[in-house]
Amino acid sequence: MEQLLLAFGSMALGVGACVLYFWGSNRLLDLALPPRSRNAADNIRRANMIRPWLFLGPAVIILSAYLVYPVFNSIYLSFHGRSGDVYVGLDNYRWLFADAGFRESIFNNLLWLVVVPSASTFFGLIAAALTDRISWGNIAKSLIFMPMAISFVGASVIWKFIYDVRAADVEQIGLLNAIVVFFGGEPQAWIALPFWNNFFLMIILIWIQTGFAMVILSAALRGIPEETVEAAVLDGANPFQIFMKIKVPQIWGTIAVVWTTITILVLKVFDIVLAMTNGQWGTQVLANFMFDWMFRGLDFGRSATIALVIMALVVPIMIWNIREAQKDG
Amino acid sequence: MTSRQSVAVAGEEIRLENVVKAYGDSRAVDDISVTLPAGAFTVLLGPSGCGKSTTLRMIAGLEEVTSGAITIGGKDITGLNAARRNISMVFQSYALFPHLSVAENITFGLKVRRVAKAEREDRLKTVADLLGLPLLLDRKPSQLSGGQQQRVALGRAIIAEKPVCLMDEPLSNLDAKLRHEMRVEIRALQQQLGFTMVYVTHDQVEAITMADQVVLLNGGKIEQVANPRALYEKPATAFAARFIGSPPMNIIPSTSLPLLGENAPDVLFGLRPEALELRSEGPVRGRVRTIEYLGADTLVACDVGGTDVLARLPSGRSVAAGDALSFGFAPDTLHIFDQTSGKRRDDLITQIGLQVQSS
Repeated sequence: MEQLLLAFGSMALGVGACVLYFWGSNRLLDLALPPRSRNAADNIRRANMIRPWLFLGPAVIILSAYLVYPVFNSIYLSFHGRSGDVYVGLDNYRWLFADAGFRESIFNNLLWLVVVPSASTFFGLIAAALTDRISWGNIAKSLIFMPMAISFVGASVIWKFIYDVRAADVEQIGLLNAIVVFFGGEPQAWIALPFWNNFFLMIILIWIQTGFAMVILSAALRGIPEETVEAAVLDGANPFQIFMKIKVPQIWGTIAVVWTTITILVLKVFDIVLAMTNGQWGTQVLANFMFDWMFRGLDFGRSATIALVIMALVVPIMIWNIREAQKDG
Repeated sequence: MTSRQSVAVAGEEIRLENVVKAYGDSRAVDDISVTLPAGAFTVLLGPSGCGKSTTLRMIAGLEEVTSGAITIGGKDITGLNAARRNISMVFQSYALFPHLSVAENITFGLKVRRVAKAEREDRLKTVADLLGLPLLLDRKPSQLSGGQQQRVALGRAIIAEKPVCLMDEPLSNLDAKLRHEMRVEIRALQQQLGFTMVYVTHDQVEAITMADQVVLLNGGKIEQVANPRALYEKPATAFAARFIGSPPMNIIPSTSLPLLGENAPDVLFGLRPEALELRSEGPVRGRVRTIEYLGADTLVACDVGGTDVLARLPSGRSVAAGDALSFGFAPDTLHIFDQTSGKRRDDLITQIGLQVQSS
């Protein structure tokens, strides 16, 4: 109870402080440069130049503190030892590229990178195209979109039940094993099957991201001018040709944005691996690898180095993604 | 392979029999029967919401027919898939494929119908030459002006060499000068190639200048089917009379202009502004309300027994607001329409003509 009060109290305080800041700073500006008197026009012009900075100020400062500062600190840490005070030069990088765990993570990340964005986008596109044509399409859409609302850890728990394995002589409570046993197969420890377990983990993210892809692509499909489709119909194109040659090319920009957005997400994939296998049985990925070295290995230098590698991979895609999104709009 | 010199197709006749399009209780197209002759340029004309576009889309197969039948070249195509109707169409928005080049846009239909590459190239060259497009073939639609996009849309329609071509207000997005040029060009193209053209517009000038036959629609029903001259000279209804001609024909109720004498039935008189001429002691008398000077001539609006009447007078004559004028007209320029149905009443013309001349 006391905690709850404290939470609400701090929320009210925070909002109040924000209101006070925006209202107060605006008021001060008006007092300093009054929009009246002889210099009214000059004052208004000057105030309009200052006001955006006043209002953006807190956000800019907080973002710098939480995003820009850590980048530089990570760079600094990557050249230092495990507690961050001894300069070690490129030792961390040398260790990283020789480490088997890192190679495994890179390989798995590439695997995720190839499979998840393409599968999510593909299924999303199919779902968008099909749900637009049926009467209960909106219900189907809601169902496909639903996993988006589940946290990655929550989704992992759900899928743990699906992949669950019991001894061969006991009733299987895992859905997948139950099906396998029903058809006369042997129960498997799916998430401990080297190599293939990567794909069982990927399915979880695909399950979540297909809904996202579907919603965005469905909106894009509806934005296609109906007359271009009718023109193609009159030209004799069949539904498959219309989809592949008229519709998909017209939403290519949106497909690319969806694809890269999921790609960035995949590069940072962490929760699912942590919750399902914690990187065991050959499922390690970069983010979980970094987490391991940070909070289990307690090595600031090495984890910062891994973080920089992830950043180096994400940034180019990010830039391209933002450019593409702006071009689209 | 020798290069083809021209594209030519034999047009086919289109026949609509009791065609109805209903949306719930309301009928967008209400029992239309009309024949569009083979190789002719037919314009579907009418105000917005009259059902002309719906009719065109039913011929194209983009809308289903609620009841009735449509035949093309004697073959019933009412239930046939749009792709198999052997027609081409130009859309109001042009509907160019934005991701394809001009050449790919024009040959898209041939490609999906698996026409061989050599023949595609050949036909593309002919069509591009015909429309003045050879230098633009590699561009994307977004790099073209409105007029050029229009030409690409035309090219896409005629390369198919279909016996029927449908156009849905194709000139409405162009400026006045370009519209005039394209009007002449489309008409010439249709005569040269010989296909049956069905052309939808709300612009009576387009209809009058381009058509062999005009189908005038109003409220989902046909008002009149006639060639442009007959439509102008002998409008079948008061609606047709006012829709064709600019400024529109004056429709004067007989209560305002008692030409027929005391015991005659109530009718509507139609007189075009250009048919009225100043004549002292003429039967149409009124006071000038407004004057619009147009250069070569002047439009004078007069109050005739409570009805506004427009007259087009030569500019030499100076008139001022408030002047009392009287007009006469040649007997054959008078149109008479039924008060309630709006239908033309030629049976009354002779009777009145005598009276007018004797006055």
